[in-house]
Amino acid sequence: MATSVKDADVKTAPPSIKDGFVFLTSRLRQIGIFVALLVIVTLFQVLTGGQLLQSENVSNIIVQNSYILLLAIGMVMIIIAGHIDLSVGSVAAFVGAMSGVMIQDWGLPWWLTLILSLAIGALVGAWQGFWVAYVGIPAFIVTLAGMLLFRGLAQITLDNQRISGFPDAYRQLGGGFLFPGLFPPETNILDWTTVGLGLISTALLVFSQLRGRAARRKLNLDEEPAAWFFTKLGFGVVVILGLTYLLASSRSGTPIVLVVLGILAVAYSAVMNNSVFGRHIYARGGNLQAAQLSGVNTKRIDFMLFVNMGVLAALAGLVFTGRLNSAGPGAGNLFELDAIAAAFIGGAAVTGGVGTVIGAITGGLIMGVLNNGMSLLGVGTDYQQFIKGMVLLLAVAFDVFNKRKAASAAK
Amino acid sequence: MTQPILEMRGITKTFPGVRALDGVDLAVERGEVHAICGENGAGKSTLMKILSGVYPHGTYDGDIVFEGQTASFRDIKDSEHSGIVIIHQELALSPYLSIAENIFLGNERSRAGFVDWNATNLEASKLLKRVGLRVNPVTRAQDIGVGAQQLVEIAKALSKDVKLLILDEPTAALNDEDSAHLLSLVSGLKAEGITSIIISHKLNEIRAIADSVTIIRDGKTIETLGIHDGSVTEDRIIKGMVGRDMAHRYPQRTPSIGEEVLRVEGWTVHHPQEHHRVIVDNAHLNVRAGEIVGIAGLMGAGRTELAMSIFGHSYGSAISGRLYKNGKEIKANTVGAAIKHGIAYATEDRKRYGLNLIEDIKRNISGAALDKLASLGWVDGKQETVVANDYRRSMNIKAPSVSAITGKLSGGNQQKVVLSKWMFADPDVLILDEPTRGIDVGAKYEIYTIINKLAAEGKAIIVISSELPELLGICDRIYTLAEGVITAEVPIADATPEYLMQHMTKEKD
Repeated sequence: MATSVKDADVKTAPPSIKDGFVFLTSRLRQIGIFVALLVIVTLFQVLTGGQLLQSENVSNIIVQNSYILLLAIGMVMIIIAGHIDLSVGSVAAFVGAMSGVMIQDWGLPWWLTLILSLAIGALVGAWQGFWVAYVGIPAFIVTLAGMLLFRGLAQITLDNQRISGFPDAYRQLGGGFLFPGLFPPETNILDWTTVGLGLISTALLVFSQLRGRAARRKLNLDEEPAAWFFTKLGFGVVVILGLTYLLASSRSGTPIVLVVLGILAVAYSAVMNNSVFGRHIYARGGNLQAAQLSGVNTKRIDFMLFVNMGVLAALAGLVFTGRLNSAGPGAGNLFELDAIAAAFIGGAAVTGGVGTVIGAITGGLIMGVLNNGMSLLGVGTDYQQFIKGMVLLLAVAFDVFNKRKAASAAK
Repeated sequence: MTQPILEMRGITKTFPGVRALDGVDLAVERGEVHAICGENGAGKSTLMKILSGVYPHGTYDGDIVFEGQTASFRDIKDSEHSGIVIIHQELALSPYLSIAENIFLGNERSRAGFVDWNATNLEASKLLKRVGLRVNPVTRAQDIGVGAQQLVEIAKALSKDVKLLILDEPTAALNDEDSAHLLSLVSGLKAEGITSIIISHKLNEIRAIADSVTIIRDGKTIETLGIHDGSVTEDRIIKGMVGRDMAHRYPQRTPSIGEEVLRVEGWTVHHPQEHHRVIVDNAHLNVRAGEIVGIAGLMGAGRTELAMSIFGHSYGSAISGRLYKNGKEIKANTVGAAIKHGIAYATEDRKRYGLNLIEDIKRNISGAALDKLASLGWVDGKQETVVANDYRRSMNIKAPSVSAITGKLSGGNQQKVVLSKWMFADPDVLILDEPTRGIDVGAKYEIYTIINKLAAEGKAIIVISSELPELLGICDRIYTLAEGVITAEVPIADATPEYLMQHMTKEKD
């Protein structure tokens, strides 16, 4: 592999160490976040003496942070458009509470409860989207009000009591694993479902990347050095296979919520990069007036973004409730801040127009690994708060610094 | 003759790629009202920014001698300290502060670090009396009209012991009554010994109050005329403003003009916030296939407002009038509808309204017609790159690739991206607002060539410009606009700069 990479590089341009360095710095903003995650994982792996990447713990990190990552997907889209949503924690709590009432008090089946809960999320989003898009109230205010409103509604719905004891089927989303009994236990050196899933994902990644590259080459559009392309692809393959191995060797295999997250991450990345809707979100956040004067219906974009956020907040609420097997009036407290932090650590710009779904998820994982690693080390929540605050500040400062450097380089 | 209060000698100022001022000389006598005239872009504002320290000493060449001493201002504070105060065209009052607070902003009447409100309001009301404004000084700045705000700015200048007052287009936004009051105030200040420099397009005003006028053209001083005796006519001033060599700056073209494509009838537009203000007044105009029609107007005449209101009501309120496309009446009340009807508008302010500067070239080019590249809501990214590359080649956009960020391109290349965007939308009518603003001469020629090519393809083109030579060089027919009214329509054969300027500076009856 090493030689083939070198050959390809020689063909495109005679490289020197300096050229390579210049190229890497130019991509620093793009890859900085992944490097940061890698550094943090390595750091805690060493500090905890290998506990961090034990299979049970990896499974834990994913499940524990899944609802924040779900929220981060919607949040980064809202932030790219130039808005903010402070209400998602309360909305998650409200929807969790409603689902409890539907199951326990109304006796609805679990599947109907899930569908209705997502519909409630959409309605909540439509309510907030209406005020932001069509009345023109800043999202900060609308969702600050929503934070209070839906927290209140959650408490009213539950009459300030917890609802516990959800049916098994409902709890699968938050705490379940994929096909636990598919293979007979005596064959289980590894969890074969997970292995299969991992291999399929790897194959899909490699296939889609190579096909995309081939198509670009055919049209003579490829501007990416081969070395860079294969390094990135190799990195992706290693990460997926590594994760597959860790999960497959754990007791229970693949968490269902990981599958949901994976599908949503891929789908939303595609929406943001390749759909008209996604493009219009970037256009709206990058320059509102230019977007309007290009005929983009920015009000509808804003409205749809909040509906989408409502649905994702509802899903997060269902996952959280399922995992704890309990819907409480205080659930989801401060989720919004974690989701917002994830988006900004992941490279979203406060002024809008910049950000990626994958970046936000990576940002969320950085927070998650920090939490988990520090807990393993026995660091108190007081210090955890402090360190997380510093990480958020430094991540954004790094971004600002980078941008300024780029701007002065352009001059 | 006494020593002039101000002498600027050989002032030269260059921006990257442009020489804005080229050895400008200006001498202002003590106690006179001195007018500065010139087309938009001639360099008047740059000159005043140098005088007031916005461009500090060292960023330009030449000398400023103020009150017999060589001045080297570091910033506005420095020039104000010497007694030079500039009042910009865009008023700089803080809307939620009171008039008195605005007057002493940055210069607060205070004792031991605390604002002395009695002194503030008392001195403010004295100053307001001096400028003839009868309002309570505790009124918020946003609650008074534009004319009164202008007077507050002058009161603010007086509070700083002004010796030389610079007024940049002071009456552009004022009605006749407020204008008359302002002008008589400037004459009154002259009697108190305050020297004024007034930049204005309104030649009748200049003749009414100015003692002398300096004409600037293309960054050079053309002449200074004494006009207090009334011997200099408006035509004489216009001749100084516009006369220049126009050969070989515009590509040759043989127009082939077809059927009428767009007709606008009885178009009236009101200000978006101040609904009583009429910005465009009963405008009639049309444009035919393959024709390039110019709209000539000075700043504030309502050119952009007219164009943007036609383009899907993107400016203004209470818009009335009719639009006909290919002879049929159309409704285009949103930008989306206007684009669907084949109307496109390339803005004069490409950074604010035309481009997403943090996004790359290809996504800007596809921005107004993304649907053409999409099926079922999904964009074909490869096709998008192909299209963008085609435009990069045909429009000669100088950039390493179509993935280059538009914010880093030069003005000329950014303008080509904007034009590409609208060419890709494939409109029938293309409204180009100041298509060559801030672009160097070579790129201008390229832009003219593109405009000619579009016309040859049968598009109907409207060009808005404040540079008369440009309109005379590329148009087939020109409308003049003054204070929201279309004052003349001339075929190119009959158009002269003097004739156009006369109708551009025409006052409302």
